[in-house]
Amino acid sequence: MTDNRVSRRRAIGLAGAAGAAGVGVAAGAGALLRGVLDPQPTAASAASGAVPFRGEHQAGITTEVPDRLHFVAFDVITKDRARLVELLRDWTVAAARMTAGQDAGVVGAVNGMPEAPPDDTGEALGLPPSGLTLTVGFGPTLFRDADGRDRFGIADRRPAALAELPRFPGDALQPEISGGDLCVQACANDPQVAVHAIRNLARIGMGVVSVRWSQLGFGRTSSTSREQATPRNLFGFKDGTANLKAEETELLRDHLWVQPGDGPDWMTGGSYLVTRKIRMIIETWDRTSLGEQEELVGRTKGSGAPLGQHDEFEEIDFDTTGPDGRPAIGETAHVRLAHPDLNNGARLLRRGYNFVDGSDGLGRLDAGLFFIAYQRDPRKQFVPIQTRLARHDVLNEYLRHVSSGLFACPPGVRDQGDFWGRVLFA
Amino acid sequence: MRTTRFLVLAAVGALAGAGLAGCGAKDDSAGDAAAGGPIAVKATDTACEVGSTEVGAGTVVFKVTNSGAKVTEFYVYAAGDRVMGEVENVVPGLSRELHVELPAGTYETACKPGMIGKGIRGGLTVSGSAAPLTEDAALASATESYQRYVRSQTGALLDKTTEFVNAVKAGDVAGAKALFPVARTYWERIEPVAEIFGDLDPKIDGREEVLEEGMEFTGFHRLEKDLWTTGDISQDGPIADRLLTDVKEIVAKANAEKLSPLNLANGAKELLDEVATGKITGEEDRYSHTDLWDFNANVEGSKAAIAALRPVLTERAPDLVTSLDAGFATVDTTLAKHRAGDGWKLHTELSPADLKELSDAINALAEPISKVAAVVAK
Repeated sequence: MTDNRVSRRRAIGLAGAAGAAGVGVAAGAGALLRGVLDPQPTAASAASGAVPFRGEHQAGITTEVPDRLHFVAFDVITKDRARLVELLRDWTVAAARMTAGQDAGVVGAVNGMPEAPPDDTGEALGLPPSGLTLTVGFGPTLFRDADGRDRFGIADRRPAALAELPRFPGDALQPEISGGDLCVQACANDPQVAVHAIRNLARIGMGVVSVRWSQLGFGRTSSTSREQATPRNLFGFKDGTANLKAEETELLRDHLWVQPGDGPDWMTGGSYLVTRKIRMIIETWDRTSLGEQEELVGRTKGSGAPLGQHDEFEEIDFDTTGPDGRPAIGETAHVRLAHPDLNNGARLLRRGYNFVDGSDGLGRLDAGLFFIAYQRDPRKQFVPIQTRLARHDVLNEYLRHVSSGLFACPPGVRDQGDFWGRVLFA
Repeated sequence: MRTTRFLVLAAVGALAGAGLAGCGAKDDSAGDAAAGGPIAVKATDTACEVGSTEVGAGTVVFKVTNSGAKVTEFYVYAAGDRVMGEVENVVPGLSRELHVELPAGTYETACKPGMIGKGIRGGLTVSGSAAPLTEDAALASATESYQRYVRSQTGALLDKTTEFVNAVKAGDVAGAKALFPVARTYWERIEPVAEIFGDLDPKIDGREEVLEEGMEFTGFHRLEKDLWTTGDISQDGPIADRLLTDVKEIVAKANAEKLSPLNLANGAKELLDEVATGKITGEEDRYSHTDLWDFNANVEGSKAAIAALRPVLTERAPDLVTSLDAGFATVDTTLAKHRAGDGWKLHTELSPADLKELSDAINALAEPISKVAAVVAK
């Protein structure tokens, strides 16, 4: 008897992973086949291949940024801790399967009883794993609700670093698309694969969680690996040139991964995620002169080099002066304000995406940047950087922050008995 | 309208029965294995010992004992890995039973330590003949019980529709408006049964946009529109008469229809789907905004179908019964917040947050209910 169910997508997934291992790129691919603990899954994978799900850290943080995003935030609607934990177990099993290119459930989209709904929705049938990663995070409201109640007996485990973000000047946040008790980030090279993953997790979660908001993204706006070229945001500028890169092990330790002693043990090896939906006022930007656009950003639009310099990756020299004797990069230019030198050396790992949610009824593109940043402690990284930007960045004239999210992303799922958040709920 | 799906399932039920009865009996000796009690399945992290690999057709019971360290699952697969039955989440140290109806044929059994992968497979041969699904006494009793419910509801439907129609013909706008959601309550409770009769449903309950070219807009929603928009029902006598005629016809047909247990299971789910798609959005009663009357009636109808199946479900899937009970309780509690006098608040009086809460409650219940048909069919 042949095993149709397993062969459907996994054959492609394993072939992809094995191929990657063959050229020595995907360090974790062999481990996937052997079923042992994966090493840190930082390495690149082929566009259609599988990214190892298990490891010391969650995939989807330093792993290569694929082109598409489906991000979702959930409210937990049950009061029953056991049901929540059961869901996290179920999600982990389904996530491990889907990232390997399999159906969400063991029966599959087309092999079950005709009388029963399939345990996979089926729109990813025949598609390869497509570099899918699924990354989970826990919001501050999972620990205590707005009335201060300890919802699931974990309030004393809430990390101090998971403090609600302050209100930044100019914020125009919409509560209905902000926050959330849980989040899942799905990144993939095929939007159908990312959407399939979130849809199935939402389906599995019915009755325990309810989708609060979700966001589709395309065109990664950062690179997390030196292997990747720097992409452009919807302003047409290269974005993320100075991003933390997967290869920078020491910087990742200092700026990205939660270290022992930073807070509760369950977060060691994890990272804090900040999301901001930043609407761009595209039409007025497009009427801005090239010279002014470059001054606002502090880089040239063509090569991405800092103003007054030639190469994108040249160390920014804030002392370089222009022909008029003034600093080539202005005091309020975006790159200067965001630079680590002005922010106590703080750095972020960004993996944001462009978004276009159609048009807004006034004929304007409803578009911008879905900003995603991972870090060791938002209080020392995102908050001071964003405070400075919100106060002084001249780009703000073209930006509106409309959604905000903060989540604690636990470390990776280690082995087959492990699940998302196991130590938190232990 | 879900008429097609409903009829297809009824047909599947009938075919399954015929197929089972048609299986030729080789000999009866294999039947004793099942007759001797549950087949023991010893599951560990590395092995899956099935007590008997040859059994008689019919309901086969496996008792799965997990003496490994990992949570396991046990499956019976037909060709192509079609799942005939499964028992999930057998934690180390515990035993669970799987009841699965198997016609003669060759199958595979599988334990899945760690709940992943292809599992540890073994062969299973089933021979002999077995009684069809409909001969299961508990299922037969379930359908009889639900058919009694249909009879009681159709009786009330006829009475209340008659009152409603008389009010319309008498030009009593206020009286007709008050009776509109009441008469519909009995309709909405048994709607999946009514939907079996594809041509009558749109005449009685069709909304203007679903009518095909050349079809007249009649029925409850036509009268609703006139009552709540213009308030002019002076020309609606023939429409009212037509409604009563159609309702009489469907009542007669519904009571003559022999339902299958799958009709109950899927009807229970479809009623909640109706709520999720038409009532939450306020599309159904767009002129009167009495959607919560329909909402409550759909939920009551769904509950009645599940109640009829309860003995079967308790026997075969006790965990499912627990989640169904919890799901219905949550829906009732959530809906109860919106009571107004003897009836309900209007859809337009609910906030988006109220509707989201109701939607979440319905989704939480519809998910386990979608599993009922498979339990009935096994």
